[in-house]
Amino acid sequence: MPRRHLLPFRIVAERRLEAPRGLGLLTTLGGIVVALVISGVLIAVIGGDPIGSYAHILRASLGSSGVLSDTLVKATPLIFTGLASSIAFRMRLWNIGTEGQLLMGAWGASAVVLFGLLPAGTSPFITLPLMMLAGFGVGALWAGVAGWLKARLNVNEIITTLMLFWIAQRWIQYWVFGPWSEGGFQMSPRFPREAWLPRLTDFASAVPDLGGLTVHLGFVLALVAAGLIWFLLSRTRKGYEIRLIGDNPRAARYAGIDIGRNIILVMLISGGLAGLAGASEISGVVHRLQDNFSPGYGFTGIIVAFLARFNPIGVVVAAIAFGALILAGREIQPAGIPAMIQGIILFCVIASDVFLRYRVRLEAR
Amino acid sequence: MSLELAVAAGVTAGTVLLFAAIGELFAERAGVINLGVQGMMFVGALVGFRVGLQTGDAWVGILLAMLAGGALALLHGIVSIHLQADQIVSGLALTFLGTGVALVLGEGLASAGSGALLPVYSVPLLSDIPILGPAFFTNQSVLVYVGYLLVPIASFWIFHTRPGLHLRAVGEQPAAADALGINVYRVRYAYVIAGGAFAGLAGATQSLAVVPGWHADKTFIAQGWIAVALVIFGQWKPGRTMIGAYLVAFISRLALDLQAPRDIFGLENPFFYYQPSTFFLNMLPFGLVILVLIVAAREANRKRIGAPAALGLPYVRGERGR
Repeated sequence: MPRRHLLPFRIVAERRLEAPRGLGLLTTLGGIVVALVISGVLIAVIGGDPIGSYAHILRASLGSSGVLSDTLVKATPLIFTGLASSIAFRMRLWNIGTEGQLLMGAWGASAVVLFGLLPAGTSPFITLPLMMLAGFGVGALWAGVAGWLKARLNVNEIITTLMLFWIAQRWIQYWVFGPWSEGGFQMSPRFPREAWLPRLTDFASAVPDLGGLTVHLGFVLALVAAGLIWFLLSRTRKGYEIRLIGDNPRAARYAGIDIGRNIILVMLISGGLAGLAGASEISGVVHRLQDNFSPGYGFTGIIVAFLARFNPIGVVVAAIAFGALILAGREIQPAGIPAMIQGIILFCVIASDVFLRYRVRLEAR
Repeated sequence: MSLELAVAAGVTAGTVLLFAAIGELFAERAGVINLGVQGMMFVGALVGFRVGLQTGDAWVGILLAMLAGGALALLHGIVSIHLQADQIVSGLALTFLGTGVALVLGEGLASAGSGALLPVYSVPLLSDIPILGPAFFTNQSVLVYVGYLLVPIASFWIFHTRPGLHLRAVGEQPAAADALGINVYRVRYAYVIAGGAFAGLAGATQSLAVVPGWHADKTFIAQGWIAVALVIFGQWKPGRTMIGAYLVAFISRLALDLQAPRDIFGLENPFFYYQPSTFFLNMLPFGLVILVLIVAAREANRKRIGAPAALGLPYVRGERGR
């Protein structure tokens, strides 16, 4: 008896030995388009207006030099956290708790100011580098704990980095409710001016066009960090070791690479980058330590890293796109829509990877 | 607050962790990590509460919550089993997606109060046992008793039945299982979906029995991730996983209860409500999870036991495994 088929064609998948150049970018973009269509349908189903929502996101994030500057402000911590995730994920080291390292970095930078170690009126050329250094250092140590546990005892880093995030959250709450609370409010006193990263608007007296533009020096630092991580990963021996461990840990071990040391090192760098996200955010935008100053920059950085396929330059592009989504998403109701869109985008992008592994075509029966 | 009551409250809250962890345990035994537990729990909590409220029947809510969890898990299954995407990434995507979807669908529900509730029972005879009776068998939700029964059943299923043998074979040696005529893909899909259904049940347990109502993004803090950790602590065995679930929930509960009395043994309570120091108390459960993982890791290193050998690896028929 002839078998009846549902489809008039069949899907044939052949294993690719190597993906053609540029196909990765193409499938990522295709995945994003599919994700936006699916999200649009879902928004329509729950009674929203998808076209209106998307148009609103574009207008509210890229529509004028003012909002474009705000988008870059939101993109700044995402570049740092995206890089933090990228370097760890490239080695298949799952530092999922970058949000916690971000918080601890913010705490470290605040401590420089709020412990009063520097006399009032210290030059910003001393205060700001110290804050950034403290942010990097405390973030690095926080991730380093998880790295050490992974390297020495093989404790699952996904869980430890996440648990350390919830601990960091409570640590911040302790300081802003307790020792650093300003008049019983859940925030620290405002930092003095020398602890603010310079913004474009600070130069408005010389160049009036810059008035109101809040993009700050942290954005430049983030671009520099992207360049450094790119150089580290693709042009140095250490970067080669990291990539080899990620692609084939067994081969790396036979090649004599000390995997444990690399785990700790990469965790320190990753946590430090996430710490810089927190330090630059409170020094450049919030100007004080407070609870809930991050809308989840660490977690969004995970998605940024995957969209960029762990390429530091791609991280910058993806971070700006998600900066736009976060900026415009604040006004979109219901509040869960940006998280839902992020999840759908991530799903579609990783699902589209199948086209990198297989040549898929349709064949008539 | 007596110790028995604190344990009883811990067991109630621990049942949420238990269901989620047993679900994850099944999926991981088949070789598939699903890090979307928290997302599936969020959707389960929302569906369970919302359907329970609308139909007035909590059991219908639970059933649909399990179906919703299973459907989300199916998505993870398709992406990670057939499309061979990285299981860790796919699970993370599921967490984002599930949490977002639940928040979108739960918009405005937070003020809806607590709707349909589940009955509580005391077990005759058993509840008369000193200490254990009041802690485990008095005025507990019917779902808590389901949890007591689930653990031995799951254990028997995995270690003493033919389907359980197939399950373990697929998780340890999928190629060998395939050669023996076991359908690796079918087994993996079945247990991933079952795992999702348990996560959905865990969610509905939270919103219908433990903390009735819909509390938006505060419904769960870390429960889904703690469940994943408990599977590791439990060495992929239901019994040990249950002990971990009740222990973590008990300590979390204790951290809350310790903030209530103004003084303890005549001394001023340093953790009295709204003192900044309470935040250190609130760190306890998360610190405990890390500690418990360290203990488990040391034991695993010493005894050379570990995760199912094929955990996290996609199976492609006819290809050599990585």
